[in-house]
Amino acid sequence: MSTDAYASSRQTTEGRVYSVTGQDWDSLVTEIGTTKEERVVVNMGPQHPSTHGVLRLVLELEGETVTEARAGIGYLHTGIEKNTEYRTWTQGVTFVTRMDYLAPLFNETAYCLGVEKLLGITNDVPERASVIRVMMMELNRISSHMVALGTGALELGALSPMIFAFREREKVLDIFEMISGLRMNMAYVRPGGVAQDLPENAVPRIRETVKELRHNFKDNAKLLIGNTIWMKRTAGIGYLDLAGCTTLGVTGPILRSAGLPWDLRKVQPYSGYENYNFDVVTTDTCDVYGRFLIRMLELEESLRIIEQACDKLEKLEGAPVMVADKKIAWPAQLSVGADGMGNSLNHIREIMGSSMESLIHHFKLVTEGFRVPAGQVYSAVESPRGELGVHLVSDGGTRPYRVHFREPSFNNLQSTSAMCEGSFIADVIGAVASIDPVMGGVDR
Amino acid sequence: MFGVSGSGDTSGYSGLVRSTFSAGSSERPYGSYFDDLADDLERAYPAFSDAIEKVVVDRGELTLFIKRDRLFEVAKILRDEPTLRFEMCLGVNGVHYPDEVGRELHAVYPLLSLTHNRRIRLEVAIPDSDPHLVSLVELWAGNNWHERETFDMFGIIFDGHPGLTRILMPDDWPGHPQRKDYPLGGIPIEYKGATVPAPSERRAYR
Repeated sequence: MSTDAYASSRQTTEGRVYSVTGQDWDSLVTEIGTTKEERVVVNMGPQHPSTHGVLRLVLELEGETVTEARAGIGYLHTGIEKNTEYRTWTQGVTFVTRMDYLAPLFNETAYCLGVEKLLGITNDVPERASVIRVMMMELNRISSHMVALGTGALELGALSPMIFAFREREKVLDIFEMISGLRMNMAYVRPGGVAQDLPENAVPRIRETVKELRHNFKDNAKLLIGNTIWMKRTAGIGYLDLAGCTTLGVTGPILRSAGLPWDLRKVQPYSGYENYNFDVVTTDTCDVYGRFLIRMLELEESLRIIEQACDKLEKLEGAPVMVADKKIAWPAQLSVGADGMGNSLNHIREIMGSSMESLIHHFKLVTEGFRVPAGQVYSAVESPRGELGVHLVSDGGTRPYRVHFREPSFNNLQSTSAMCEGSFIADVIGAVASIDPVMGGVDR
Repeated sequence: MFGVSGSGDTSGYSGLVRSTFSAGSSERPYGSYFDDLADDLERAYPAFSDAIEKVVVDRGELTLFIKRDRLFEVAKILRDEPTLRFEMCLGVNGVHYPDEVGRELHAVYPLLSLTHNRRIRLEVAIPDSDPHLVSLVELWAGNNWHERETFDMFGIIFDGHPGLTRILMPDDWPGHPQRKDYPLGGIPIEYKGATVPAPSERRAYR
């Protein structure tokens, strides 16, 4: 029995259980060695720094080889789907944006596209609103991929890429803050358009940032692409081929790393993606390195789309960003002030000072909301993690009857077992990082 | 006045009552690729008219309502038939319609064909008193967690699932939270014994 207080152990009906708290590896190994036990079950998480949030992995080991890997989830379940049933369709945006917190704009857009489809106003959404949505989504894809790359590298022991990645992510978040007043969970995309138009000088500033990002992305590319140590930790690891992807319903960079150029932006375009020039990046290695490379190269594709969106925005200067139908369009005009997003004073002056009808209209639409014809729709967007699908059911009321998100993180996390079983325990970290699960999305 | 119950707060009240709804069966031609798809399925699956309760085309989406004992065979044909080839099942989602007696629980499966770039939705209605449905994990391994979630949230029991346990809620949780008869909780606040009522009990606009 070790005297090390940190690696305490106790006997249970399932065998001896050790509580490991860090820096006690030696005493643990000595003790396991003396028990002559071949099979060790390691519980990793839900509070382990390299499991991407509150993910719990139960790993059965023989020596260093993983014989069984199971993922335990549900530690971040917040009942968002249930809550939306008690809110108006517009308020739903504020909930769903909090699901996959690294890709809030994708949640919002997928949801709003669904609501618009239910309302039958898909074609009435102004072009400027669609272009802003596309631009915001692509910026968001960059910030999300930056976390995937940065934390993925960090978990494999490479610190500098994380520093570089978060440095660039910050610039994207600054743009979000400038446009919506918030860095995450913006509730910026609304049914019928977006909450408010871009502030003045937004487009030149975005162009400036794009230039900086394109230059700075080279830092990480130089550090990692082809790096021998990085290749040794990622190439051939976490193998999942095309057949595995389809049966597991895996989409996004994992599917594209199996060589299939499947990207909803190309194959089933929405929000006008058919009007942009960009390429779908694939690799055929089916491994962690391939997925890493895809995320790296998708950054450049996103920048290309953002630049084209900027061109379009300049042409559409002053065009509406919300549907013309006053029965649906959000009445409040928001503005970004020094202390964040708030009501526009002009609007307050109008409803409180001059027009009773505006006040009634505002009040009805904000408290009661609009009615959505009964029926069900499924709308999907290509989020940074794959197909983000929204199944909406309406009973004709002012609130959703059922909102269900088909989260790519939730679905893709199932492939942990297929990727990890038979590999070394050290490679589990790389494989899970390449899935890029966001637990807020997994558990909802 | 105006048929108000509860708190009596009628702000925004407009007197409309929620009614149950169900989409009627659509007639041919369905439009888009839906006619081809239906023809291909009929050709590959002779018992089509017997197994399919109704075909609904709404808002550019095709939904097949399937009898529950035929779900597995229809799904298998949709996956395997070269003209159909729905390689991907994007999970399963439950919807609870407490007013539809004998068909309270619906399971909805969105399918995706990578080969033909098509989508289809399968819907199965089962009674609350006998909430059993065949598991499709054998056809699409990725349905494993989705079926566990639907079991967790709606109590639909997927027969043949390799390990049907709760996934999002704790293992010992009572009830199935996404059912319509499962209330949202209120918030107790320690101020003179007051509470914030549950959202379902606050004022409602119907």
